[in-house]
Amino acid sequence: MLVLYIGSLASLFLTSLYRLNEDGSHIDKVIGVQNYRTLIDKSVYLDIAVRTIKIAVVVTVVDVVLALPIAFFIAKMIAPRWRRLLVAAVLVPLWASYLVKAFAWRAIIGAPGGVLDKTFGASPNYGEIGLIIVLAYLWLPYMIIPIYSGLERLPDSLLDASSDLGAHFSFTFRRVVMPLLVPSIVAGSVFTFSLSLGDYIAVDLVGGKTQVIGSVVYDNFSADLPFASAFAVVPVIVMVAYILGIRRTGALENL
Amino acid sequence: MQFTRRVRMAFGGMTALVLAFLYLPLAVIAVLSFNTVSSLSWPPKGFTLHWWHSALHSSGARDALIVSLKTACGATAIALVLGLLAALAVHRFKFFGRESLNLMIVLPIALPGIVTGIALNAAFRQAGLEFGFLTLIIAHATFCIVVLYNNLLARFRRLSPNLEEASADLGAHTFQTFRYVTFPLLRTALLAGGLLAFGLSFDEIVVTTFTAGAGLETLPIWIFRNLSRGEQQPIVTVVATVVMLSSIIPVWVAQRLTTDDGPLTGGTR
Repeated sequence: MLVLYIGSLASLFLTSLYRLNEDGSHIDKVIGVQNYRTLIDKSVYLDIAVRTIKIAVVVTVVDVVLALPIAFFIAKMIAPRWRRLLVAAVLVPLWASYLVKAFAWRAIIGAPGGVLDKTFGASPNYGEIGLIIVLAYLWLPYMIIPIYSGLERLPDSLLDASSDLGAHFSFTFRRVVMPLLVPSIVAGSVFTFSLSLGDYIAVDLVGGKTQVIGSVVYDNFSADLPFASAFAVVPVIVMVAYILGIRRTGALENL
Repeated sequence: MQFTRRVRMAFGGMTALVLAFLYLPLAVIAVLSFNTVSSLSWPPKGFTLHWWHSALHSSGARDALIVSLKTACGATAIALVLGLLAALAVHRFKFFGRESLNLMIVLPIALPGIVTGIALNAAFRQAGLEFGFLTLIIAHATFCIVVLYNNLLARFRRLSPNLEEASADLGAHTFQTFRYVTFPLLRTALLAGGLLAFGLSFDEIVVTTFTAGAGLETLPIWIFRNLSRGEQQPIVTVVATVVMLSSIIPVWVAQRLTTDDGPLTGGTR
């Protein structure tokens, strides 16, 4: 299975080196880097790649900010009985169809006539902001769960010790809890970052005219497979670099 | 630790807001499934059970549901076996390249679906496989295995090696130890991981798009096709609501399994 997967990535890479023949009807199996040259030479694609990475970073940051308080509240501030119920409450939306959630957001943020527009008279509408909200929404449970399990493993006695020594709550949170949570947060970020990096369906539904790596790859898939493959190699490189970079934090054990 | 009232209120408030955020779209969909108008317009115009009735008799939705269930079962079954073997190997033996193997195994979930989808598509093409059930199940299995593998490895790390050693000291051979000691300790992790893998496969759309071929329609693909056709939208909202409600069961089961195993794992947490 692993061989199959690595083999697939290899054949993706191989395909990205092929080219279309003159009239674009079939693929010439001639090795060359012209697809990558197009990626670098045409500033559109560079812009799209940079924009996609930027969106993925913002989505990840938003998710960390939203996930920290809820994970801490569930793990440390309530009775175990309620804890289980709230964890289930976080997990249920994860199981609801991705597509339906994205579509629901289409109905919520659309203007005019969306839920937000009808209720508050204002809405971000479709576009980059809307896309960031929806992506942050879609992947939020993937961030909450690892942070929650990280907090669950963190002994209460550490918090007690810190407060017994006179530390304020905010000090304890910043200097005791946060450093210990780094592996969990990084593990969550692998999901939120990678899922944002490759998305094209939510982009299509709520992104307006926003173009990202995923949408370019998808649009070119049937017309120019070698080029689509070359662009699909970009997120692979980004993710592998990211994973190699975080290996030392111990985050991979928390995935 | 004692929390001041202010801190508790702040965190509780944030939690409530995030939960509201998580459930807002789900609520919108559930409400719209009773809407008399056949579009996703807000606010709803009136109450009707018409869409629920038509959804019940929609053969397209039923067929797609069956395809999805079959795929998820197949992929989960493969993942249970191979995920267990991979986790056993990595946990038990130290061998050359163990670290890089560990790294490569997580790739299928660390890489975006569109990459996995296109890569597998290219591989199946080059291998001359015809797109259909087989390719779909293999594709889903690649990321399901990772889920099982991760779950099992996490369990292995918490297991005390003393148990297996004690079993061996008492004269059990390797297979007996696995059958009577290790496996029972892994059972809940297998179930919880299996449920998660099943759920992921059931909701998968991107990899499916690239590996299922033309004739095969899973539930997410059916939903995607019908959401873009206006008159079918309300039926999709019904199907979505049903799926949402039924997902409570596996989540609850998985929850019980992962929290009730304290004594089994030696309680070192």
